[in-house]
Amino acid sequence: MAIQQISIFLENKSGRLADVTRVMAEGGINLRAISIADTADFGILRVIVDKPEAALAALAAAGYTTRTTEVLGLEIQDVPGALSKVMDVFKQTGVNIEYLYASLEKSGDKAVVIFKVEDIAHGAKIVKEKGLSVIDQF
Amino acid sequence: MILSPQYECMPAEERRRLQYARLKNLVEKLYARVPFYRERFDAAGVKPKDLRGLADIAKLPFTTKDDLRTTYPYGLLACPQAEIEEIHMSSGTTGIPVVDAYTRYDMECWGEAMGRTLSGAGATRNDTVQNMYGYGLFTGGLGAHYGAKRIGANIVPMSSGNTAKQLMVMRDFGTTILTCTPSYALYIAEEAREAGIDLKKLKLRAGCFGAEPWSENMRKEIEAAIGIDAYDIYGLTEITGPGVAFECECKNGMHVNEDLFYPEIIDPETGAPLPDGEKGELVFTTLVKEGTPLIRYRTRDVTYLERGECSCGRTTVRMHRLFGRTDDMLIIRGVNVFPSQIEHALFEIEGTEPQYLIIVDRGETHLDSVELQVEVKKELFSDETRGLEVLKHRIESVMKSKLGIMLDVKLVEPKTIERSIGKAKRVIDRRKI
Repeated sequence: MAIQQISIFLENKSGRLADVTRVMAEGGINLRAISIADTADFGILRVIVDKPEAALAALAAAGYTTRTTEVLGLEIQDVPGALSKVMDVFKQTGVNIEYLYASLEKSGDKAVVIFKVEDIAHGAKIVKEKGLSVIDQF
Repeated sequence: MILSPQYECMPAEERRRLQYARLKNLVEKLYARVPFYRERFDAAGVKPKDLRGLADIAKLPFTTKDDLRTTYPYGLLACPQAEIEEIHMSSGTTGIPVVDAYTRYDMECWGEAMGRTLSGAGATRNDTVQNMYGYGLFTGGLGAHYGAKRIGANIVPMSSGNTAKQLMVMRDFGTTILTCTPSYALYIAEEAREAGIDLKKLKLRAGCFGAEPWSENMRKEIEAAIGIDAYDIYGLTEITGPGVAFECECKNGMHVNEDLFYPEIIDPETGAPLPDGEKGELVFTTLVKEGTPLIRYRTRDVTYLERGECSCGRTTVRMHRLFGRTDDMLIIRGVNVFPSQIEHALFEIEGTEPQYLIIVDRGETHLDSVELQVEVKKELFSDETRGLEVLKHRIESVMKSKLGIMLDVKLVEPKTIERSIGKAKRVIDRRKI
């Protein structure tokens, strides 16, 4: 049910994003979703890729510090209020969200929102119980 | 102003006789009372009776900072413990402090030495001395305090920091003499400018600056910015604190209070004594100290000695402004820091590896800033910025408690800190001193 997300530590230096995306390009890895969190000194690049194992190997070989995290990917209808409904469910069931970011599904009529929740087991249970449209790969 | 001409202006020969008598007395006492010294002397095959003239001091073994560490806290004590009236400390290489224990007589000598220092800058009982060295275990604050007391000046014991109040006191109480680190003097000057206070219009006329390396350029800058004469002073906790040597109005080297602290210059590699005028490592013997006397203590500071009467009238030997050190000790905002201390501290933080780089700079504020780069290993890496911020602050707080200074931790990618075969380059000092 959960998706493997790869987080990569990046120093705030010009060209680092270019470097890291080149490493993945050369490894033939396709990025499904991407997001960056940054502070004054450093950034954390979070990606969801088609081949996590290969991506991790390529990143390790290039000397990057990485970490995998389990996140939930939910399909959300591309209509007003769709995300709000999911949020209400999470609010009522005590699923705490640490961060989220959105991507588009291939067909383009739905959005995929990636949720990093505090308690992945609880989050996954709720998602199942409430019949939310969850994806485990995309 | 010469505080004690009977010692400071003594004919050279007479002084040598006094130094020899004091040295002989010291060596006999230490050999009889302090096991550490007896063992050292025995190992070197010297006895107190081998000391037939001042030059024979070269036969005596050296004492090092390491010795002070292994004998911590009281292993070098040469008097009954009850006679100790005060202790001071500075940091050692591994976090074990270097201790100086003072008897009442030691305190008097310290006040005398620092009194001569302030007099060298022209201070008298009519002056108001604003002491901005930190009070506490650091010898700077109380050392300057006792010196000001010795000459009967009005002392304002400000300690360091709180710049707004420093400026207020300076103006309202008509401070004439400043004592602080040279970088703090520049910082104060800058703050004054921003606050719209023209320091040159105040009564300030001189400053005794030390506890960190500085340069002729900094002197010019301080003198121009504050409108005072800036004097270089030298001292170290192990020997007594500030007051070991000081500049007079001629500003041509620091007069060593050599009736109290006997200086030598040695080749740091071989330990052989070097002649006057030749650069080498400065070594001191505390001739009259009772609490924790030191024989031939290796300061690791590099300078040279110059003899001959100065136009001020003093006959004491002068040491040139420091050229650097023979070890990797850094002096940051007056605090002694060894890169090895940072390494030890990093070992204590779970998951960090001792891959680090220290970048020391002196920016526009004139105060030293330290950036500590630490590589982020897989074990340390948190997926959240908050987690990494917590890590950064944890390292900063450990460093603050271990080193006594605040530094800025910068998390960097693995393998970005240069590895080198043999001795790694751990320090980049960008300070233009």
